[in-house]
Amino acid sequence: MNSTSKRTVLIIIFVSVALVYIARLAVMQLFDDSYLRSAQENVLQEQTIYPARGLVYDRTGELLVYNDAIYDLIVTPEQVKGLDTNEFCKVLGITKEDFIKRFEKIKRGVGYAAYRPAIFEKQLTIPTYAAFQEKLFDFPGFQVEVRTDRKYQHSNAAHIMGYIGEVTDRDIEKSDGYYRMGDFKGRSGIEYSYEDALRGRKGIKYVLVDSKNRTQGRYKEGVFDTPAVAGQNITLGIDQKLQELGEALMNNKLGSVVAIEPATGEILAMVSMPTYDPNLFVGRQRGNNYMALLQDKAKPLFNRPIAAPYPPGSIFKVLMSLVGQQEGVLTPNTMYGCHGGYHMGGLTVGCHPHGSPLNLRGAVAVSCNAYFCQVYRSVIDNLMYPNSEAAYKKWYEHISSFGIGHRLGVDLFGEGSGFLPPSTYYDKVYGRFHWKSSTTISLAIGQGELGITPLQMANATACVANRGYYITPHVVKTVNGKKNPNPEYSQKHWASVDTPFYNIVIDGMEDVIERGTGRIARIPGIIMCGKTGTAQNPHGKDHSVFFAFAPKDNPKIAIAVFVENAGFGATWAAPIASLMIEQYLTGKHDTRKYVLERMLKGNLTHKNDSATTAKTVKH
Amino acid sequence: MIQQQQPKPSNIDWITLILYFIFVFGGLLCVYASVYREEYPMIWDTHMNYGKQVIWIGLSLFIGILILFVDEKFFYAFAYPIYGITLFLLVAVLLAGTTVKGSSSWIEIGGFRMQPAEFAKFGAALALAKYLSGFNVKFKDRKTQVIAFTISFLPLFIILFQNETGSALVFGSFIFVLYREGLPGYFLFVGFMVIVLSVLALLVPPLYLVIAIAVLALIFLLLIRRNRQNVLVVAAVSVLMMAYVSSVDYVFENVLQAHQKSRINVLLGKEVDLKGAGYNVMQSKIAIGSGGFIGKGFLEGTQNKFRFVPEQSTDFIFCTIGEEYGFLGSSIFIALYILLLWRIVYLAERQRYKFNRIYGYSVASILFFHFLINIGMTLGLMPVIGIPLPFISYGGSSLLSFTILLFIFIRLDSNKVNELRGELD
Repeated sequence: MNSTSKRTVLIIIFVSVALVYIARLAVMQLFDDSYLRSAQENVLQEQTIYPARGLVYDRTGELLVYNDAIYDLIVTPEQVKGLDTNEFCKVLGITKEDFIKRFEKIKRGVGYAAYRPAIFEKQLTIPTYAAFQEKLFDFPGFQVEVRTDRKYQHSNAAHIMGYIGEVTDRDIEKSDGYYRMGDFKGRSGIEYSYEDALRGRKGIKYVLVDSKNRTQGRYKEGVFDTPAVAGQNITLGIDQKLQELGEALMNNKLGSVVAIEPATGEILAMVSMPTYDPNLFVGRQRGNNYMALLQDKAKPLFNRPIAAPYPPGSIFKVLMSLVGQQEGVLTPNTMYGCHGGYHMGGLTVGCHPHGSPLNLRGAVAVSCNAYFCQVYRSVIDNLMYPNSEAAYKKWYEHISSFGIGHRLGVDLFGEGSGFLPPSTYYDKVYGRFHWKSSTTISLAIGQGELGITPLQMANATACVANRGYYITPHVVKTVNGKKNPNPEYSQKHWASVDTPFYNIVIDGMEDVIERGTGRIARIPGIIMCGKTGTAQNPHGKDHSVFFAFAPKDNPKIAIAVFVENAGFGATWAAPIASLMIEQYLTGKHDTRKYVLERMLKGNLTHKNDSATTAKTVKH
Repeated sequence: MIQQQQPKPSNIDWITLILYFIFVFGGLLCVYASVYREEYPMIWDTHMNYGKQVIWIGLSLFIGILILFVDEKFFYAFAYPIYGITLFLLVAVLLAGTTVKGSSSWIEIGGFRMQPAEFAKFGAALALAKYLSGFNVKFKDRKTQVIAFTISFLPLFIILFQNETGSALVFGSFIFVLYREGLPGYFLFVGFMVIVLSVLALLVPPLYLVIAIAVLALIFLLLIRRNRQNVLVVAAVSVLMMAYVSSVDYVFENVLQAHQKSRINVLLGKEVDLKGAGYNVMQSKIAIGSGGFIGKGFLEGTQNKFRFVPEQSTDFIFCTIGEEYGFLGSSIFIALYILLLWRIVYLAERQRYKFNRIYGYSVASILFFHFLINIGMTLGLMPVIGIPLPFISYGGSSLLSFTILLFIFIRLDSNKVNELRGELD
């Protein structure tokens, strides 16, 4: 091909492209009048359709959380023309300065564009909404958008439900264009952890509006519209009746209750006291209520069951019995004497009066301090290991395999890890190889530097109830009718102690209820295994602690109760746990009226309740 | 060699110059119409982009006139250094540039921002012209082809790293120049087929395409003479095509970025993305489509005034032409644009020196590519690739660089001694 024809080819390419474009222009501008109509009907308006947020049910199918309509006033800045500002401000009940300020705020917002609708006033009151609806035609550029807010059927389980709040600028930036100013998003509880499932998907409707803001119809019969997808419904493992009873029993006390179904890891009830009414986080007063709760000295927003570290106390005696057997330094027949405590050199760990010597089952039943100090010593000073550090590391591994000392991975925001000191912790305090069993002896009975959350204790109890494994505790049972999609929540985590070693310990725990320190928790007809605890509290009066599971065979519920500054475990924690177990297993909790009355009326806070802390009484 | 001669007014190609003025001042009116605010009615009001554009036009004209007075030998002598400097700036901007809207292609000096990618265009054009016009350089040599391709496409790869896909693709237009200078025609055909096959592969499952290619190859074989060589060629070509269509999906899914995929999907109608690219195109089409035969008139475009078309003063400036001047105005604009391209090609062909001719073809090809992509995009025929419409779109770097690009050619052409008196290769 010579250069002249090459030039011709290029000119032909140029001209053909031009002809194609002119033909396209002819089609668009001369023959297809749909563009003209779209433009004549003036402007295309993008309306967001908010999906209904997913509903929340309890394990029995009772509706706990639903949605309520609210009305937001939306403005499309580009279309505001010839507005009678005085009239507008009068209807809305704001001043002219306010009006100007709001417009400036909208213009500073993330993703601002004059053609994009933005929120002018949130959650109109019904009278304002009605007044506005009538005059909407006088206010070009303004429209009312319907969306939904949460409503809580009951005023409890606030810490599980969490709350929704307005998105921040950061949320908007991180959401890749999904959230817009004024949108709501889960901020804590399941509203936060299941946000993606609950929120659904916003829809968009394109409508044509004329210059007076009257809707003329849908754009291109709605081919560009995307329908909203409703949020997925969630069923909790929570039993609403059990939760309600737990909160009533814990009323006017500080502390936590966690109940778990051992076979599934589903949390049946979770009480954090003091608490608040979740409906405080609904509506226009949301922000004010939040600030009030935040400043409340009793810290009602603090989620104790998953975040607060308590001295564990007696649960460690149970774990010591298991670890000792697994390490081969303890058998059911090992006998140790107790002479008012454990003595070694100048060190003494005191004990209460009881028969001596004891075997393992007896020691669990009477909770002998001396016995478990001996067990701890024999584990740490075990000659099978080169030094105490190695033995301690082994012990640490055993204890953490019960889910202690680290976050379990519950599906709620703000879980704490508790504290199980690693060997390096003692290296730092005493120097490497300068510590041994006697230095750390308080670990034997669950005192000292240890911290355990009520969730971890309930989980460890469930692990004992299962004779060796636990499933990570979680509050959400099903999402959209299907089992919780997180594979963690169906997987068995085996503790490092073999199943046969559990029997003798569980027998001991049964003795605690039948004839030991936990007799008050006994429920006729139900074989319960439990253990009282009185956790020494360096900051004040001891905590009353109780953990138990029932029935003994094929356990249905494992529970841990902490009542802060309440003294003996048998006084408060055991009866509360017992009433809740009875409620869950039999559906009744009033067979022992005197216990119930005493628990409901007991006031251990010894101070005036703040307005927000005591709203959950339903009894 | 080249005779010294200052440009005389009579030697300047007035047709090109007049077209340039029509585009620049017409463009200013369009920028004015598309960002017009009642508060700032004066076209030179620097609060608004049109006021800034007035300043840019002044600066561009000043530099353009300066170029007309530069010694013609300068461009030939300094072609490589200029190319080197633009390459250096491209790399520098990668390392120390300012990021604007996700592309790190801006250099900021004081309050003054510029995009080196714009200037790399005439840098590459000068370097390519100089290289190919050298003594003993024959395009048929493998080595020459490799070097010519490298000069043309090196900026493309650097700019790709700046996340400025649009500006990078512009360098693909040098393929037309290389074609004119001896690159066999099947390169253009292969390029065309690659695009056709890519689009088909994204629309149709690859398996069907593979079957279709096989069937076509068989039919083709039945029609031609079936000697050993022909069969082998047809088999090789169809296997290559099959391999290509099978790999398109992979490249599309794994190499392209999310926004690029979305733009292509929007164009192919596989996706409706009314938040991003789809929104622009839909609004752009409404604006143009509502223009009718004679348009709505200056400042009367309602779609414009309501600012429904994002980026209207820059990449979507053609919407203003379409809406306010209608089919008539748009067609005249397109015709004038093609007239400019034809004029440049015509002038290029009559140059005595290869350097001038190749440079002229580079100018025409670059302008054509911008025209092809930019207007195609506003009409919904091309993916949304953000490159400006030369001389019309708002933007200082763009206007200045196109002015320099064009005026260098006007200067080269103005030396009438260079003109050929007859047809010569």
